[in-house]
Amino acid sequence: MEEGIITAIRVVPLDHYVLLSFLLFSIGAAGVVFRRNTIIILMCLELMFNSVNLLLTAFSAHHSDPRAQVFVFFIMLVAAAEVTVGLSILVMMKRNVDSVDVNQLNRLKG
Amino acid sequence: MLALFYLFAAISVISALIVVSARNPINSVIALIVCFLSIAGHYILLNAQFLAMVHVIVYTGAIMVLFLFVIMLLNLNKATEPMKSLGMRVAAITGGGLLFITLAAAIRHGVSIQSANPFDAGIGLVRSVGHVLFTEFLLPFEVSSVLFLSAIVGVVMLAKKEKHQPNASVEPLTEAERARRTA
Repeated sequence: MEEGIITAIRVVPLDHYVLLSFLLFSIGAAGVVFRRNTIIILMCLELMFNSVNLLLTAFSAHHSDPRAQVFVFFIMLVAAAEVTVGLSILVMMKRNVDSVDVNQLNRLKG
Repeated sequence: MLALFYLFAAISVISALIVVSARNPINSVIALIVCFLSIAGHYILLNAQFLAMVHVIVYTGAIMVLFLFVIMLLNLNKATEPMKSLGMRVAAITGGGLLFITLAAAIRHGVSIQSANPFDAGIGLVRSVGHVLFTEFLLPFEVSSVLFLSAIVGVVMLAKKEKHQPNASVEPLTEAERARRTA
């Protein structure tokens, strides 16, 4: 089994991982503009975080350098903190304007 | 091995598209969990076993359950969300597609890197990642605990229900005003 895992790094070219993470990032970026529900927008942000994590991990494995994986670990920590704050803001938004629609939050507009 | 990569890639891309396009938020959360599990499969293919486990535990286990809790608590599990205007949707799809084409064109000659280190099968196991984390990145690791502490305090402050609002600046919307903004 260990042999199979090690050959996977050699067999799958780096380009494939780069293209996959570009595709996931583009889907997430389009989703942020596409949807009005704040909770879906937060989920699209998570998707973009994960595409970047995948790219860092692929480069780390091809470079044989564990530092990038430590960066991915820190990104996961920051994403966890960000999600808790974002969801509590969403709870407050639901309480104040009784909706999670981002189009309702245009009170700064004259 | 290449077939396994394509399988995981197809699962992650299709479930990512479902996340964006599903009408019901619950379906979006389930699709995002599937996407995260397939990304964990990618990590295992890359021999990053520590990250795969942390990813499953933190993202799929904690963050997505938090999303589900919020959806259930706020009673959002109805597909009543109004769509954005047609022009905005077309702009979103065009923008995302153009972003992908631009990024993909940047690597059209292929990515070739000179490996900085000789190949090592132990990269990504708990031993090597933990060694780097607790020697070279010890200070950022400790600082991240301060980040979590501030996040905890901020969340409690934000989500706490205020007892009385003598001069509340945010009053609830009237029905007519909401209908005008939703239109």
